[in-house]
This record gives sequence, structure tokens and C-alpha cells, in this order.
Amino acid sequence: MGGFIGAALSVPALVYLFFSPKARKESEWVEAGDVTSLAPNQPVEMVFRRNRVDGWKVVSEKGTAWVVKNPDQSVTAFGPQCTHLGCAYHWDEGKDEFVGPCHNSLFSLDGKVLSGPAPRGLDRYETRLQGGKLLLGSLRPSSGSPA
Amino acid sequence: MRRHWEGAAEWLDHRTGARTAVRRFLTEEIPASSGWRQVFGSVAVFLFLVQAFTGVLLAINYAPTPGDAYNSLRYILTELTGGRLIRGLHHWGASMMIVVAALHLIQVFLYGAYKKPREATWLVGVALLLLTLGYGLTGYLLPWDNRAYWGTVVVTQIAGSAPVVGPYLTRLLGGGGAVGVVTFARFFVMHVIVLPPLTLALIALHIFLFRKHGATPVPGDELLPKKPFYPGQVFRDTVAIFIAFAILFIMAAAVRVPLEQLADPSDTTYIPRPEWYFLFLFQTLKLMTGPLEVVGSVVLPGLAVLALILVPFIDRGSMVRVTRRTTAMAFVALAAVGWTALTATALATKPSETPAAEIDYSGPTDWMQLSPEEMAGVAYFRQENCAGCHAIGEGGSKLGPDLTRTSIHRDAAWMIQHFKQPGVVRPGTSMPAISLSDAQLNSLAAFLLKLNPRNATALQNAPDFATQGALIYQANDCGSCHQVNGMGTSFGPALNGLSKRRARSWVEQHFADPPKLSPGSVMPPYKLSPKDLDRLTAYLFALE
Repeated sequence: MGGFIGAALSVPALVYLFFSPKARKESEWVEAGDVTSLAPNQPVEMVFRRNRVDGWKVVSEKGTAWVVKNPDQSVTAFGPQCTHLGCAYHWDEGKDEFVGPCHNSLFSLDGKVLSGPAPRGLDRYETRLQGGKLLLGSLRPSSGSPA
Repeated sequence: MRRHWEGAAEWLDHRTGARTAVRRFLTEEIPASSGWRQVFGSVAVFLFLVQAFTGVLLAINYAPTPGDAYNSLRYILTELTGGRLIRGLHHWGASMMIVVAALHLIQVFLYGAYKKPREATWLVGVALLLLTLGYGLTGYLLPWDNRAYWGTVVVTQIAGSAPVVGPYLTRLLGGGGAVGVVTFARFFVMHVIVLPPLTLALIALHIFLFRKHGATPVPGDELLPKKPFYPGQVFRDTVAIFIAFAILFIMAAAVRVPLEQLADPSDTTYIPRPEWYFLFLFQTLKLMTGPLEVVGSVVLPGLAVLALILVPFIDRGSMVRVTRRTTAMAFVALAAVGWTALTATALATKPSETPAAEIDYSGPTDWMQLSPEEMAGVAYFRQENCAGCHAIGEGGSKLGPDLTRTSIHRDAAWMIQHFKQPGVVRPGTSMPAISLSDAQLNSLAAFLLKLNPRNATALQNAPDFATQGALIYQANDCGSCHQVNGMGTSFGPALNGLSKRRARSWVEQHFADPPKLSPGSVMPPYKLSPKDLDRLTAYLFALE
């Protein structure tokens, strides 16, 4: 009897604590900005606002993406954090590299790891072009291993 | 292996004395007459532990401030797996705790177990009962829905009306009678920070005193040999705990605890009612009006508590058989009849609720994402019984194609053509033509175009009041000035979250004469039938 009571209390408790919440909304596409005037292979940091579900709240927050227009006119948008420990990185124009300032991870223009401790290439947003506007979806972790 | 265990247990006992203590606890001798009537104390302790456990689990996902409290509880109920069950256990556990504590008290009272030398045990027990009621009172506010808010408004008003201490109580409860953030914080702190350690300490003291004086013998026990607590009484306690838990679990799983609309201090139509165990006080209060009110709200309950405290000092005779305690039995019978009569009257005179109060806001809310046009489409979908032939994901008939999958290949023009002349668009189909107006077919098409395997549950979950309300919304073309879920124009105010801004009565009057309630409004008056008015308002109030 004790075992039954224990199970009837602990199983719901474990499910309650460890199951992830049911998703409330499908991820939405947000407009990051106009990309028609971007020069090819010149990364630009774009700032946009997006809604994020945070527990019982939906928060509107600032998001950024490093956007690169490729020579074939397609666009790549990288998540703004280094894949090592989450520091914000920047584009070094002189060296043509993304530089992680915390532990010197270096990434190439296409997001691949050139050197440093980063375990994988830069994460990418799902992208879609509508007219000249860039729409960003959810951030997908890069599957690429260090070069 | 067994020797290893034995060694480990010995080692632990040598350092902590745990084993000896347990052994002493179990082998304690109890009177020969002990039996089933003494299980209630153990069940009460068990229920307290269940409350503590489920309370911690709820607190893990709970934001203790008004507004956020409501949203976080709703998050627990609708988005966390098992959240509804855990709230059910906590809610019904509270009710059960009151029942068991009352049974425990009645048993002790009937047998005269409070008599010398057990007066202190009785007093601690009375304090524990008051603490239990204190949990009920403070916990009632924490969901921050209309029921919680208005119930607590009444309680704080009663506290404020108490002679002498009233104004101090009001200040202690957080302000001049208004229930807001301060009152909320204080109730929360009482419920989760002050009361639990106090309860634990008093339970420990209660059990200590109980063990010190032993279980109460009945006349004749002195002639019989005593028996050990284990295994007989341990078995009875365990069975009783198991039965109590089984009932609790079934209640929590089967009986849904509603969450009403977010607390609305401007809602003048809400009639608050307390939890069932306080209904007798509620009814007493109804019988006493004017200057007598304070008698019903403060004096009588105060005297009842005082009487409980004084019981062991008034009845100081020697122990007699329970069958000869006729006065005690008469008291219990009188109290039971009084309580039952008052509670039954309160239940019988319960006013019929408006549909708005019946909306269970803790239910699935995926349908709230649909626009009014799509909701009206749901109404036509049901009216035309589309699911009679079509599969909807896993559910529905398999005669026609699955509408959650085919709609993505079609557009509205195709759908409307298909509704009007199925045989022309799809030769050989057995689908009959749908005779609705173009506007109605547009709504149906709008919904079907939105339908996909992920949102198909919205079709089942959309309550009738909402689909019917949406029909009235569409018929009156409300969307030509207002927005719902981003659909419509923003000429007038958006209607999402209306329930947080306006009382229901305000909205209903507003339909009849908009400029009167909103000076300068250009909205034309709408003469809706009472039924339509009710449905439309209920629908608008459900929209977040």
C-alpha cells in the first residue's frame, strides 16, 4: 500500500518536473530588415524584436543576427553568440573573421570554426526572403564540427 | 548479504539511535480497546504531508503576485503535464484535511479523550484545527481568479468589522479593506512561510503529548492486558491512510477544479461564495443583518472557538463509557444538524450562474487563437455535421478525406465552389451540397483553410458559447470596426482582453447605448436578444 501511494505521488511529480511544457505557439517568423542594399560577403549585425514564450509569459525582446549576403544572392543569418560559452562575437574587417573575444574562437565567413575552443560552427537562423526583406525563423544549432 | 545489512543498521543505530527509536515507537503498548476509531490522527498527518508535497510542486511554477499568479497557475494547468492532477490533489486534499480533522475532533470529543491529563493535547489539537482553517482562508486567494478575489474581499471585510481588533486586523491584512498586492503578499507568506513550520511544530508537540500520556483507555481497559502498537494498529492506520489517499486521488483525477476568469475588482455582478466548509458561516451571516451582523461574523465563531478551548476545563468528570456520554452525543448531533441545515440552505439558495462564470478558463484554449470568422466556421462545421463523413486527424468518420490534410492543397474559391456544387468540382462524389449563404460559406472555408493536424483539437475544444458568440459577432459585422486576434480593423478598440478592462454588466449595457457609457463613441446601438447578448459577451470575455 505504501508503494502504491509512493508511486501515485512520485510518478505525477516526476512527469510534472521533467516533461517540457506543451508548446503554445508555433515559432513565428520575424522581419529582421531590408537586405537589398547589403554588399556581398560583408557581415552586418541586424537588430530586431521578437516575441519569446517564457513560462507563463510572452516577452518581447531584442534579438540580433549577423547577416551575410552570399555572392549567389542567398542570405545566411548567424546567431549572435559564440558556440563555446555564449559570449557575443564580432566581425573583424581587417582579418575577415568572426572573433569570439572571450577565448579567442575564430570563425570564417561561412560560420566554420577556424581555431579556438568552439565545439561547432556558428548557429544559424532559418531564413526566408520576401521581396527584399529578410525573415528569420528559429535558431538551429550548427551541426558542423571544428575544421 | 543479510549480515552486511544487519551490520550497517547496527552502525547507524549506534550513531543515531534511529533504530531503537523506531522500535520503541512501534512496540509502545496501547490499551486493549484501541482500534479503528483512532486512525484519524494518522490520516490527518498523512494528508498534511501530501499538502506539503503538492504545495511545493505548485510553488515551483507559481509567481506569487496578482495577475502573474493567475497566469502561472493557468500555465501549470494547461501546459505542464500532470499539473492539473497536482493542483487537484492540493485542492481536494485541503477539503479532505478539514473532514479528517473534524472526524478526529469528534471522536476525541465523544470519548472524552480530552480529560485529565490530556487537556494540553486537546488544546494543541484545537490550535491545529485553526491552522488548518487558516490554510483554507489564505490559500483561497492564491489562484487570483474572481472567486479568490471576491471571497477574500468578504473575509477581510469581516475581519475589519471585529470589535476592538478590527482596524488592526485590517492593517495586518494589508490595507484599507482593498485586496491588492499587499494583501496578496501577506496571504502568500502566511500560507507558505508562516503556517507550515508552525504546523510542523504543533504536530510534533501533539504527537509528543499523545505518546507521553498514551492512547486514551476506556473504562474496563485496566482489566485487560495491553497490546503493542505494531502490528495491529499500524495495519489499521495504513489501511485508513490508503483509503483516504485512494479517495483523494480519484477526486483529483476525476473532478476538475475550475479556474475562473482573472480577478476583476470592477466586476459588480460577481457573487462570491466561500469553500464548502465555510458555507455554514456564510449562511449564518445571511440570517443576521444590521447590528446583528457582527454577531454572526465574529462573535459566534469566536464563542465557538472559545467553547472548544474550554471543553476540558468544563467537563472534568471521570472517564465513562462512550455509550453513557449522552450530553456529548447531543452536542455533536446538534452541531451536525446545525451545520448540515445551514450548509444545505446555502447550497439550495445558490443563485444560478451566468454562462460567463461557468467558463472554465483552465481548459484547453487553443480555440482562442481562431479569428471570429474561423470560429463561426466551426459553428457551421458542427451545424452541417461535416465530421459525419470526413476524418479530422485521428477522429471522425473515414468516408470523406481527412480535412486536416487536404485543405492545404485548396484555396477558398475552390472550397466555396465545392460546398455549393460538390458533384461539379469532384465528379462522382457522394457529398451533398451545403445550403448556406455566401458569407457563411466564407466562414466555413476560412476555418477549413486554417485547419491542420496540429490545431485540429481546437475543433473539439471550442465551447458552444464561443462558436455561437462568434456567429453573432459575424452577423453584426463587429470586425468592420474592431479587431480580435489581429483580424478586423482598428477603427474601434481591439477586443482581446476585454474582460480585464471592463465588467460584464458594463459591456452588456454598452451594446444598448454606446455613447452613454463611452462619451464620444460613434458605435451604433445594438439591440440584441438577451440570449444573443449573453453569448456574444461570453465569447468576447473569453478572449485573452
